[in-house]
Amino acid sequence: MQIGVLALQGAFREHGVILRRIGVAHREVRLPGHLRGLDGLIIPGGESTTIGKLAREYSLLRPMRALAHEGKAVWGTCAGAILLAKQAGSRQPLLGLMDIAVQRNAFGRQLDSFETPLEVGALTALGEASGANGSGPRPFHGVFIRAPLISSVGSGVEVLARLPTGEVVAARQDGMLATVFHPELTDDDRFHRLFLDMIALQRGAVTAGSYD
Amino acid sequence: MEKQTGTLAVKRGLAEMLKGGVIMDVVTAEQAKIAEGAGACAVMALERVPADIRADGGVARMSDPGMIVDIIAAVSIPVMAKCRIGHFVEAQVLQALGVDYVDESEVLTPADEEHHVDKHAFAVPFVCGCRNLGEALRRIGEGAAMIRTKGEAGTGDVVEAVRHARAVLGEIGRLQQMPTEELMSFAKEIGAPHELVQETRELGRLPVVNFAAGGLATPADAALMMQLGVDGVFVGSGIFKSGDPASRAKAIVAATTHYNDAEIVARVSKGLGEPMVGRQVQDIPTTELLAGRGW
Repeated sequence: MQIGVLALQGAFREHGVILRRIGVAHREVRLPGHLRGLDGLIIPGGESTTIGKLAREYSLLRPMRALAHEGKAVWGTCAGAILLAKQAGSRQPLLGLMDIAVQRNAFGRQLDSFETPLEVGALTALGEASGANGSGPRPFHGVFIRAPLISSVGSGVEVLARLPTGEVVAARQDGMLATVFHPELTDDDRFHRLFLDMIALQRGAVTAGSYD
Repeated sequence: MEKQTGTLAVKRGLAEMLKGGVIMDVVTAEQAKIAEGAGACAVMALERVPADIRADGGVARMSDPGMIVDIIAAVSIPVMAKCRIGHFVEAQVLQALGVDYVDESEVLTPADEEHHVDKHAFAVPFVCGCRNLGEALRRIGEGAAMIRTKGEAGTGDVVEAVRHARAVLGEIGRLQQMPTEELMSFAKEIGAPHELVQETRELGRLPVVNFAAGGLATPADAALMMQLGVDGVFVGSGIFKSGDPASRAKAIVAATTHYNDAEIVARVSKGLGEPMVGRQVQDIPTTELLAGRGW
């Protein structure tokens, strides 16, 4: 198994550190040729306009879409989630792979960046120990930096996490995963392991021919 | 639990998101849009680029808040602005304006010749310059969430940026080879907090993101600094003092991403027009050098 981490700009190194720790090979992706033979792709946080422009300039948009259409899993964190979206409310290059709309800098400027615990039911399936009272998995520590939010989701999209005030901050659709916070800035590898499970599922689906 | 803002994690986290990118000096909203369009990961809003500060002389201060607000309104990428070393009220003003990062900068005339701003007291994150590991760790000790190695701003001469990046990275290398019993003396010698010395040794890098700044003027300059091991680059006068700022900006962004790919750096370096007129650092009287400011 090999996972690609888009390394045009942003926090790609941190994803690499976590993947190494959980024993998964990865490759930094800067040019179309680097996408060959990957089982999944992570698009990291960074500046979505910078990443989008470089992806367009170096002809990465189309092969990244093709990778997803072949049934390979793709995960975008923050700027990466913006790239996955169909709409971002601004003129910038997008992959448009997920049936979600995002609102950039939805919480404000850097002074409004925040940390908060999140309840993420989907992480229970990873066999994590339940909370002390047995009520579910321990919360995931969400680090939100000039974060976007997922302002609307299509019918095929599963919402994975919301803020207590109701805003959608993580979602999944087939092999696509979007998180507007930064699991790569924490020591918690559960989202990375969730992504590995999605890769395994996608491979199964492709093998069984059930993926359209 | 409530949302927590202004924490060390979100301050340092924004710098993590800027890595591998180019932060460009801009003096107008128009320039800020050109920078954003070229792929800058952030802009530094200031009244005069360092080359002009150098030429004009006099006291260089925080920029006009009106101009900073115009630039904030013009772009969707993060906006940084400079305050004078030790001028904590300029820093308060910049925080009140809503800038995303404050650069406590030696390019402006220092307001305090002994003390820097207590950066822990702010919700806005700070970036500070350094010439060596001790200076970097003192700034981090004061609360800086990002470091830039100092070049000699406004010269178009990369030599000081190289010198100081090599100094910091070289000292980190030496620190990692050092027996543990030598750490306290080393901390004393470089004038840095012992726990930050220890943390740097464990990480094998600074505890915060480290960019290069000062004197970068070409795509090859940016790729050089990246290959030396910094996390990203600031380009000041080098872009908007050149013949064709938009093309040069875009080329420097590409060279920063593809810094290990000489064919791409070669391709993007073609036909960029005149670079900024340089001034050799060795020809500048020591009293006019900026990098030595900071304590």
